[in-house]
Amino acid sequence: MQGLSLNTRAAIMSVLLLVGGLLVWELSIPAQQTVGELTEYERLTGGGEARAGVPPPSQVIVKAWEELSNPFYDAGPNDKGIGIQIGYSIYRVLTGYALAALIAIPLGFLIGMSPVAYRALNPFIQVLRPISPLAWMPLALFIIQDSEASAIFVIFICSIWPMLLNTAFGVAGVRSDWVNVAKTHELGPLKTAFTVILPAAAPTIVTGMRISIGIAWLVIVAAEMLVGGTGIGYYVWNEWNNLDLTSVIFSILMIGVVGMLLDTMFGLLQRRVAYVE
Amino acid sequence: MKPFLSIEKLTQRFPDGKGGELTVFEDATFGVEKGEFVVILGHSGCGKSTIMNILAGLADPTGGGVIMDGQEVKGPSLDRGVVFQNYSLLPWLSTLKNVTFGVAARHPEWSKAQVTEHAVKYLGMVGLEGDVIHRKPSQLSGGMRQRVSIARAFANHPKLLLLDEPFGALDALTRGTIQDELLKIWGGTEQTVFMITHDIDEAILLADRILLMTNGPFARVAESVEITIPRPRSRTEIVEHPNYYAIRNHLVQFLGRRSKEMAGSRTGTDTNRPEPMRIDRTAPADEPESRRPPLRAVND
Repeated sequence: MQGLSLNTRAAIMSVLLLVGGLLVWELSIPAQQTVGELTEYERLTGGGEARAGVPPPSQVIVKAWEELSNPFYDAGPNDKGIGIQIGYSIYRVLTGYALAALIAIPLGFLIGMSPVAYRALNPFIQVLRPISPLAWMPLALFIIQDSEASAIFVIFICSIWPMLLNTAFGVAGVRSDWVNVAKTHELGPLKTAFTVILPAAAPTIVTGMRISIGIAWLVIVAAEMLVGGTGIGYYVWNEWNNLDLTSVIFSILMIGVVGMLLDTMFGLLQRRVAYVE
Repeated sequence: MKPFLSIEKLTQRFPDGKGGELTVFEDATFGVEKGEFVVILGHSGCGKSTIMNILAGLADPTGGGVIMDGQEVKGPSLDRGVVFQNYSLLPWLSTLKNVTFGVAARHPEWSKAQVTEHAVKYLGMVGLEGDVIHRKPSQLSGGMRQRVSIARAFANHPKLLLLDEPFGALDALTRGTIQDELLKIWGGTEQTVFMITHDIDEAILLADRILLMTNGPFARVAESVEITIPRPRSRTEIVEHPNYYAIRNHLVQFLGRRSKEMAGSRTGTDTNRPEPMRIDRTAPADEPESRRPPLRAVND
């Protein structure tokens, strides 16, 4: 054990924790009683029905294998592959998120450059920011009249704030020396914005984008439970209505994996734009 | 005839935060000739940096103006290159890119290869070659960073080079090396340089002429001391020169005593022109005129 690298030791420990956890979970699920052992009374009161219980991990793994080996099948509105459901969710998240970035980053730039704009817009931002994105849902459904677009709007409204605030903060915090370098080299405002201010503020901006994508992925599940139809959030809720807890657990895990992948992507982007002063 | 760079009745006042005004300096008037290396020496807080910022075009004076080469200085320009004390390199760009950034701004019509070649040449002049030029500034020592900054400024051939305490953040040994390098690069050009420092030895080594500033408020450029030590100079040889300690003592006396005595009062005159001062202990009898190395022309 001593001779192994830190990473190897951590990996071994992770595997042990996983196996141990799964084992405890598997053993703590009581076995289903078979019909033959029941008394007549129990049989009459419905005790022979398979009781809905938390499924053991072995069942979840089997389910995962089934689902992942055919992720894109489409057998009607209530029976689609996990890949299709996740695809819908990612499409909504990315659309709403891209619209938010399109507005938040230029607007954040302006706010960061102008102390007047910062002070003028600050009260609105402070009031709008803490609103739970789902609170917008009824209003969005009424105004937009389309559940699909409303879900995208909810993603838009929840991911705009961290990007807006971080962009403004990052731009306002660009060191005046660097701006002076741009000035003494006679760079125009646009050239200064792209060659000096943007790279200088990029780490802060990307941090905001990373926070936003995390929030957007949290919110899409809840939003899809409300609007229904498609998406991983709808899938979870639908399987709950079917009392198929194996599928519920499987989809919970998938939500985690996709969220992790989205976060990792922005983590890589963050590393690319980082610099040491 | 006006000097190449003419600072005329320059006045800077700031609000003092109590409803009044603080006059940093008033009616400062002096000139710098083409090709001259002028150093301004004074205590911190006397307004040296304010003068520098006005010359760079990064700040506007309350009154008066600066005329360079017949044109009034308004806003920053590529004609006035600046080396800042904290290097001001862009940390996300490599060393080479920090220099090409400036070269490309100066010569937008040049091809990428031309820009790179020019930048590499100037980095080579400050001793940065090979792998080093692809490193980020954070991977360089303070001295190397300032070299990059100097290369960036020289590569652009500005009409006036402004050095704002360029060696202030470096240790004494590194400072000496880079001073020598600066002299070497400058010697090959007709570059006009205006530099701020509070290091007396550095000023004597580098300058054709030292402007002495009194303490603020109402700071003024009181004297203009000609450095009567022939070039090329080296740090080890100038201390042997008979004028060295005479000039040095004069500067120490000024900074230590007279800068305080002369501070804080208005002079009453319209223009605060520095008093020219020439200290020369080399007796012409010992050294015939013809054998003396030529001194550079001096304003006033």
